[in-house]
Amino acid sequence: MSGPSTYDPKSAFTRWLDTRLPILRLANDTMTTFPTPRNLNFWYGFGAILTFMLGIQIVTGIVLAMHYVPNSTMAFDSVENIMRDVNYGWLLRYMHSNGASFFFLAVYIHIFRNLYYGSYKAPREVLWILGVLIYVLMIITAFMGYVLPWGQMSFWAATVITNLFSSFDQLSHFVNPHWNVGTNIAYWIWGDFGVSNATLNRFFSLHYLLPFVIAGVVGLHIWALHVPGNNNPLGIDVKGPQDTVPFHPYYTVKDAWILSMFVIVYALVVFYAPDALGNPDNYTPANPLVTPPDIVPDWYLLPFYAMLRSIPQKLIGVLVLFGALITLVFVPWLDTSPVRSARFRPLYKIFFWLFVVDALLLGYLGSQSVDATFPYIGLPDVWLARFATIYYYAFFWVLMPVLGLIETPKALPATIATAVLGNKATAE
Amino acid sequence: MRITLGITLAAFLGLASAAAAQTVSTLPALPPRSDVTWSFIGPFGLYDKAQLQRGFQVYKEVCSACHSLNRIAFHNLDEPGGPGFTEAQAKAIAAGYKIPDEPNSQNNGQLFDSSGNRMMRTGTIADHFPPPFPNEEAARAANNGALPPDLSVIVKARQGGPYYVFSILTGFKKTPPPNFKVLANKYYNPYFDGRNISMPPPLADGSVTFSDGSPNDIEHEAEDIVAFLTWASEPKMEQRKELGFGVIIFLLVLSGLLYLSYRRIWHDKH
Repeated sequence: MSGPSTYDPKSAFTRWLDTRLPILRLANDTMTTFPTPRNLNFWYGFGAILTFMLGIQIVTGIVLAMHYVPNSTMAFDSVENIMRDVNYGWLLRYMHSNGASFFFLAVYIHIFRNLYYGSYKAPREVLWILGVLIYVLMIITAFMGYVLPWGQMSFWAATVITNLFSSFDQLSHFVNPHWNVGTNIAYWIWGDFGVSNATLNRFFSLHYLLPFVIAGVVGLHIWALHVPGNNNPLGIDVKGPQDTVPFHPYYTVKDAWILSMFVIVYALVVFYAPDALGNPDNYTPANPLVTPPDIVPDWYLLPFYAMLRSIPQKLIGVLVLFGALITLVFVPWLDTSPVRSARFRPLYKIFFWLFVVDALLLGYLGSQSVDATFPYIGLPDVWLARFATIYYYAFFWVLMPVLGLIETPKALPATIATAVLGNKATAE
Repeated sequence: MRITLGITLAAFLGLASAAAAQTVSTLPALPPRSDVTWSFIGPFGLYDKAQLQRGFQVYKEVCSACHSLNRIAFHNLDEPGGPGFTEAQAKAIAAGYKIPDEPNSQNNGQLFDSSGNRMMRTGTIADHFPPPFPNEEAARAANNGALPPDLSVIVKARQGGPYYVFSILTGFKKTPPPNFKVLANKYYNPYFDGRNISMPPPLADGSVTFSDGSPNDIEHEAEDIVAFLTWASEPKMEQRKELGFGVIIFLLVLSGLLYLSYRRIWHDKH
């Protein structure tokens, strides 16, 4: 961990244990004495929130799995049974289904905070890539979880998303017109010739497995964080002990406070608007013979859905969708600016906020029906989505490399301590 | 030349307007009515037990002729947060229904009597509401090919929830636009997607007579049945709101204490 260990076992037992399994040393060095920049703001509390939400999802999910039946004839009934007859089943399910939404809300704030303060830059590239991996695993897990209640939207979302793979036929047809590689990938995923009981059963299995994979990658993510230590809102390196405070009690109490406020909002939705973020169609049992008029994913995937729908050619649409996620892996090398924090990057700051607006706009467009027109400006949504998709890619592949070269950053403060304390720093 | 053009244009426009006046048999639905309110709306809103009981009467006397309520058991009727029937009342309601009998010692382990008919028994409080039709085919055959949906989660399964269901139930009295063609075996309902609905108008003024003397015009009947169906869709709503109140108070106090701890611990570090 960052710097030499400061653990000093006090009792005979802890000295004995420390030479055999230094787990208390690990806990001490990572959660107690870990030197943390003294200027981390509110937005740095979301790492703790995400860990908490992962825990909530795993605990509620394990109990739900005790009552849920992963079978296409019984899944919907078993969910209604949880809502009606299992003790506090309604609470578990609402915590879990809304928990996914709040998990994503927190991860989006966490990712945008990263982009704003340039936390992905050296020496934190691996930390960032592990984060992207967690995000992709979250998407896959959430998608499979959305299928499990086996309502209309579950079934049709599963149909739409798994059919994306069939577009790869167009690639294999270049080699041999009889090779339907994409269709065969879809068959392999379904375990059948369409979304079926076999699909539901394996999605349940994977939905149970992947959160533990996420937990493992979160372990690596935290490990990779603790080698260089936290970035901070100034984006400058820690120069010495005057710039840091021990993690405990300073950040344990600050994270706990931020977490408790986040949980208030989460609880308000769970108890007072538990179905507000869901789709009413998912309270109708899955029916392969009736296609709902609008098939939409949950809100957290709408920006990608808007990108996919804006492109008339299926294969290119799918590649743009996957490319939008893969792009994130390259961010540490696309950004050429030596300055991390957007506080000192006047141009980047503008384009960053435009990117936030762009992502929200894509989310809105994804929620509208395909042939809708944007209010006030009268432009078809599909065209607006195309422009927004272009900006998404341009932000990473054009603006990030170019801005770093042409922008004149503001002067950076000498140390975190001088920036935070002003004249008091020298006195300390 | 100009005159000819003008005439052509006029003829064209005339044709166009004639085309616009052509009959249509599908139109977008109107947004649900919002000029109605229930006691369960809002963060502190609870069900009105008397209203749920009246709504149950509407279900029993009107809706249940075609619509099942599969997920509701008779014992749900006396559970907390529900219509507030006593256990004796719920038992009496259950006893009014015939349920397919299970093999047991009284019927010698048989399902069918000597004439081949399914043997029935009196309903108990543990039974669920029996469906009006034995299967989907029977339901469709009795309803011109349409399938009356199960009503157990209907309020949560429709955009607009109680307002939507209320609008459908009261929407039949609206007259269609002159160019709108109501299809065979369908009824005009402006709140239904496409506006051709298979369900005949289920309620009319005085469809049911409430024993408590409550008004039984169509609007009040619809309000009552929607309240009952909302409870059927979300039977734990009262427990949810009650527990949520305590949880939010706890979290507010916790957040306040954590904020004070944060201020105290950090006071010399800013």
